[in-house]
Amino acid sequence: MSWLTSFWRSSIGGKVTMAVTGLMLFGFLVSHLLGNLLLLQGRDKINAYAKWLHDLGPLLWVMRIGLLAVFVLHVATAIRLSRANKVARPVAYRKPNTVQANMASRSMLLSGLTLLVFIIYHLMHFTFGVTNPGHHALKAAGAGGHDVYAMVTTSFGNPAIAIAYAVFQVVLFLHLSHGLQSMAQTVGIHHARYTPMIKTVSFLVALAIAGGNAFLSLSVMFGLVGGTQ
Amino acid sequence: MKVILHIWRQAKASTNSDFKQDGKMVRYELNNASPDMSFLEMLDVLNEQLITKGEEPVAFDHDCREGVCGSCGVVIDGVPHGPESGTTTCQLHMRSFKDGAEIYIEPMRAKAFPVTKDLIVDRGSFDRIVQSGAFISVNTGAPQDANAILIPKPDADRAFDAATCIGCGACVAACKNASAMLFVGAKVSHFKHLPQGQVERDSRARNLVSAMDEEGFGNCTNQNECEAVCPKEISVRVIADMNREYLRAKVLEE
Ligand code: HEM
Ligand code: FES
Repeated sequence: MSWLTSFWRSSIGGKVTMAVTGLMLFGFLVSHLLGNLLLLQGRDKINAYAKWLHDLGPLLWVMRIGLLAVFVLHVATAIRLSRANKVARPVAYRKPNTVQANMASRSMLLSGLTLLVFIIYHLMHFTFGVTNPGHHALKAAGAGGHDVYAMVTTSFGNPAIAIAYAVFQVVLFLHLSHGLQSMAQTVGIHHARYTPMIKTVSFLVALAIAGGNAFLSLSVMFGLVGGTQ
Repeated sequence: MKVILHIWRQAKASTNSDFKQDGKMVRYELNNASPDMSFLEMLDVLNEQLITKGEEPVAFDHDCREGVCGSCGVVIDGVPHGPESGTTTCQLHMRSFKDGAEIYIEPMRAKAFPVTKDLIVDRGSFDRIVQSGAFISVNTGAPQDANAILIPKPDADRAFDAATCIGCGACVAACKNASAMLFVGAKVSHFKHLPQGQVERDSRARNLVSAMDEEGFGNCTNQNECEAVCPKEISVRVIADMNREYLRAKVLEE
């Protein structure tokens, strides 16, 4: 197993860890968005989806723990690599400059840490019911104990919450727009024809995910979704 | 033309425990530069003036002055080799600057490139990486016929593009993480595309990457600053080549 530990500790091993865990987190985001889009189909659809998830029982816990492990690995490796990068340049330039690196690529650690803060808030909000216990209570009080619809529409009816969620999606967009195409390069995919395509698709997919999330919170705020239907 | 220079002056070599030793930016005014001078000639003129005044001249590295040896990289206004793309410092001319310009000149900054004096850095870390496997082992003897081993043109081109690396260190200096992955990628890619490179393919990838990590370079975050400043315009394709070769070599390792 020494090959594995030396791979793990190496620079490229660290980068590949970021890429693989990043891809898994991205996969989660896709399913998370697709599930939440059921909000547009009305109360019954999304509540049935929530019930189905909960009824998975032990399987749901396997997925939750797996996701948490992947997430911790992604963040821990990000911190390990970023620290090494700081150490590698002990003296900064007096006149720093950038030729072609874009803002998204230069702020990956910052956008990542901002996402961490948002994800903690998001869990305290909807999963643990810490920030808005009243909204969270609506979920259990509803039919079958899974009235996610009531919880979500009440929360996003509050413009402060809906706008905060939408603003965080800008950060998610930045992280994904660089992260997705960076992932391909990290695992060795670079091609005169495909690389430009991968960059365009990464941008569009990041826009779709972040835009989709923001659309949901804002459409409740604007009253397009919600009420009694 | 007139230029105002801010140059990093450092008398003593940096050590691993003290990188900030004694250095500071010093301002110089130069009134008799010409747009036709190369950047290094401009520094020569400055040094003549300093020597006449009995001051210590600015130490900077240079050798061929024709863009092939890789000695001359300094960081000009935050960009290794200065504002012209695909150009070494020695091939840069003062016509690339405005009359009266303020120009900041600093040594390349990386833990693995300690400053020895003023603008000169020790790039021995690159040599040690090369010694760890950026070569092919051949037994000496009668030379083979040059065309006995056929190499497809696209492969020869890719190998050649990577082989144009002059080891100047600009990629490390430009990288926000002081990563050497463009340099090491160029070595890996150079041999990967040649039949002669296949014999030591896996050990080369493993040894080069571990030598690179031991020298204390940073980790690439795919910002592509390196390819933007490379005087030989080597593409980050070589980094993808290296990542793939290293992955393969680690998977196949026994
Ligand atoms: C929604 C959760 C997240 C997703 C979907 C995600 C996705 C990604 C992806 C796809 C990559 C590209 C990997 C590569 O370059 O090969 C990446 C890189 C990275 N992520 Fe995340 N990430 C998430 C959360 C975080 C968090 C919480 C942090 C906090 C530290 C973080 C920090 C980073 C860093 C520092 C990089 C490397 C940047 C680079 O190489 O340019 N990420 N992420
Ligand atoms: S002095 Fe040789 S490349 Fe500039």
